Amino acid sequence: MPLLQLKHITKRFPGVLANDRVSLEVFPGEVLALLGENGAGKSTLVSILYGLYRPDEGEILLEGQPVRIASPGDALKAGIGLVPQHPTLVSRHTVAENLALGIGTPLLPAQRIAPLIERVAQGFGLQIDPKAPVYTLSPGEKQRVEIVRALLRGARVLILDEPTSVLTPQEAEALFRVMRELRAAGKSLIFISHKLEEVLAIADRCVVLRRGQVVGHLPRAEASQARLAELMVGRSVSFARKRGAPRIGEVLLQVRDLSARSSRDLLALKGVSFELRSGEVLGIAGVAGNGQSELVEVLSGLRTIEQGTVQLAGAPLPSDPARVFARGVAHIPEDRIRMGTVPSMSVAENLALRSFDRPPLSRGFVLRPAAWLAQAQAQVQAYAVATPSLHTPTRLLSGGNIQKVILARELAGRPRLILAVHPTYGLDIGATEQVHRVLLEKTDQGAAVLLVSEDLEELLSLSDRIGVLYQGRLLGPYPVEAVSRERLGLLMTGGLA
Amino acid sequence: MEEVLNALARALSFGTPLLMACLGALLNERAGVVNLGVEGMMALGALAGFAVAFGSGVGDGSLWLAVLAAMLVGALAALVHAFVTITLQANQFVAGLSLTMLGLGAAGLLGKRFEGQPLFNQPPEWPFTLGAIALALLLGFILYGTRLGLTLRSVGENPAAADLLGLDVVGVRYAAVAAGGALAGLAGAYLSLVYRPSWTDGMTAGLGWIAVALVIFVGWSPLRAIFGAVFFGLLYYLQFRLQGQSAIPSEVFASLPYLLVILVLALSGLRGQQGNAPEALGKPYRRGER
Ligand SMILES: Nc1ncnc2c1ncn2[C@@H]1O[C@H](COP(=O)(O)OP(=O)(O)O)[C@@H](O)[C@H]1O
Ligand SMILES: [Mg+2]
Repeated sequence: MPLLQLKHITKRFPGVLANDRVSLEVFPGEVLALLGENGAGKSTLVSILYGLYRPDEGEILLEGQPVRIASPGDALKAGIGLVPQHPTLVSRHTVAENLALGIGTPLLPAQRIAPLIERVAQGFGLQIDPKAPVYTLSPGEKQRVEIVRALLRGARVLILDEPTSVLTPQEAEALFRVMRELRAAGKSLIFISHKLEEVLAIADRCVVLRRGQVVGHLPRAEASQARLAELMVGRSVSFARKRGAPRIGEVLLQVRDLSARSSRDLLALKGVSFELRSGEVLGIAGVAGNGQSELVEVLSGLRTIEQGTVQLAGAPLPSDPARVFARGVAHIPEDRIRMGTVPSMSVAENLALRSFDRPPLSRGFVLRPAAWLAQAQAQVQAYAVATPSLHTPTRLLSGGNIQKVILARELAGRPRLILAVHPTYGLDIGATEQVHRVLLEKTDQGAAVLLVSEDLEELLSLSDRIGVLYQGRLLGPYPVEAVSRERLGLLMTGGLA
Repeated sequence: MEEVLNALARALSFGTPLLMACLGALLNERAGVVNLGVEGMMALGALAGFAVAFGSGVGDGSLWLAVLAAMLVGALAALVHAFVTITLQANQFVAGLSLTMLGLGAAGLLGKRFEGQPLFNQPPEWPFTLGAIALALLLGFILYGTRLGLTLRSVGENPAAADLLGLDVVGVRYAAVAAGGALAGLAGAYLSLVYRPSWTDGMTAGLGWIAVALVIFVGWSPLRAIFGAVFFGLLYYLQFRLQGQSAIPSEVFASLPYLLVILVLALSGLRGQQGNAPEALGKPYRRGER
């Protein structure tokens, strides 16, 4: 008998049918993968299961009995635990304080729960230090805390909402080991992802959602990357290297012996030198925190240079972001929500952030809203941004659509140099393909791209040359034919330094 | 020597209502709700306490009844703030300011008939002072040593996390705001029943504002609040001393409490205390907000 059954769950948001008669079941001791593109309705379904949203229609059965899950409290009582997509921990509190919240003893809750934490954690191979403050933990460690939390509460069904999107490959592997342990212990796991290799590595069954509907339901044996991708996107998808023969031109960017300090005043870049030609894609690989952010900040005018020179098309790079942009440098920032957009402002306003103060968007001191809307409409169409309206605040859009808004804005003025930082991080296949296509199109028109990414597939698939940042020094750049995944991995971890 | 002891004694007696009101404000801020209505709730508490004591003829039993009434009125006033800011999700700063103005105005109006009436029995100050210090210690223990305190702190830091675990964010916040109001009412009762035993309009004289600023100064720590309250009690006392002795116009002195507030905030800024603020302080909580 299935442990948990969803029957014909429907959920509408203003203007969107987020879940459309979704039915699925989960058995004890299995990993059910829930796949779908951004906006397919995965998080909504999970929120319904966890009592955060009420379904408009449909019912939930636990061991064959209908249950009403009106709040997270109800879900926890029913044995349903959630590891949310973004950690919801109190960062200033310790791990033990977080885990004691709601279930600790009346007196000294954090102290008394510590032994219990260690017992549960060790039982499933999850290492955590109960005394560590949460803000000192890595994303992977925070996730372990969330898993332990669900287990401490006696979860029989554990929902993991895109757990690997914040993990390094090694951390993801560790997570899979834990998931296998849990499965062996008879727990049911619902694993949400749009990374196909991972789903194939861990899932027993796959359910694919598209536009709120279940479009496929495959046992592991019948699933393949191509088949799942096709179901998710609704058409067939190519996994081959995307870069054609590039047309490389003049040297556009020349960085010589560049050093810069991080915000914590440590030397984050140590004598970095490279050249970037127009039409070229230079990939920058590296484990986060090895100087990538500082390099991009220097190149976008956000950080001062300690030593060395940066020349853009033969002239020194200005030192403020607006003038750098005016010289044709577009920036697709790492933190797309906070740095790339103003979340509470509308799509149209966000699209106009770079150009609102000039004709045609304004005349003298007066803004021209009609011109804004016309421009926004054109950009939304060109980049296929899925948004209910031009007036929707961007915080309500999915990550992929926020990224499209940023691309539309940054690439509007025919940039000569594009600084793209983790441009497809967290995006689904469709949005990733579109971002890649746009970047490559721009190189055909003569732009140079500096692509900073932790995704080696992406770097190998797009770059002409790849450099590795390791502890503030640049290794390479090497022509892409001369490096392999394995070699990059070694360079990134200092194995060949 | 005698002068110093006297100053210390006065510092404690000014410090007592400061500490009470500060602990109250600290409590609701720890749950994530700012209530700038402290001054108004203090005035209402002072009046309610006085009215009950006066009306019932001031026996020993009715002192406690009067104190209880003051706390109840403070809590009720705070519940208005809770409803407006938690349920209706209005701006906490604006709502608190209105509460102060409303409280001061209402107390002034309703208190007219008590103006100038004395209470014949002046209870000793020390039980209240000790009580306030004990309360600070107790609150410190509750916050850091109990499940209740953990829940409260978590709601103030990250209400979404607490909500996701099935905790009642709204309930906790209501309770904390009401308790904060009760303590502001208690501080008011101390002024009208113990410190002065009388009622005059405007008798809270900016103490509520200092209490609010003090919360920041002590970095949201109940234990540090004890020392903060004594320190500012001393400054308050000095201000009164100077007022009696100098040729400076009294308007200047009347503005001193507010200068003190600015001083408190400036000192907190220097000590970097703003960084201790509960993460979700001042932000209404909506489930599913992104
Ligand atoms: N709170 C909300 N209000 C309005 N629309 C929402 C809300 N949450 C999700 N949506 C919309 O519902 C659809 C499904 O979203 P979601 O479940 O988050 O997708 P997924 O997790 O698969 O990426 C999207 O179109 C999204 O914009
Ligand atoms: Mg999601």
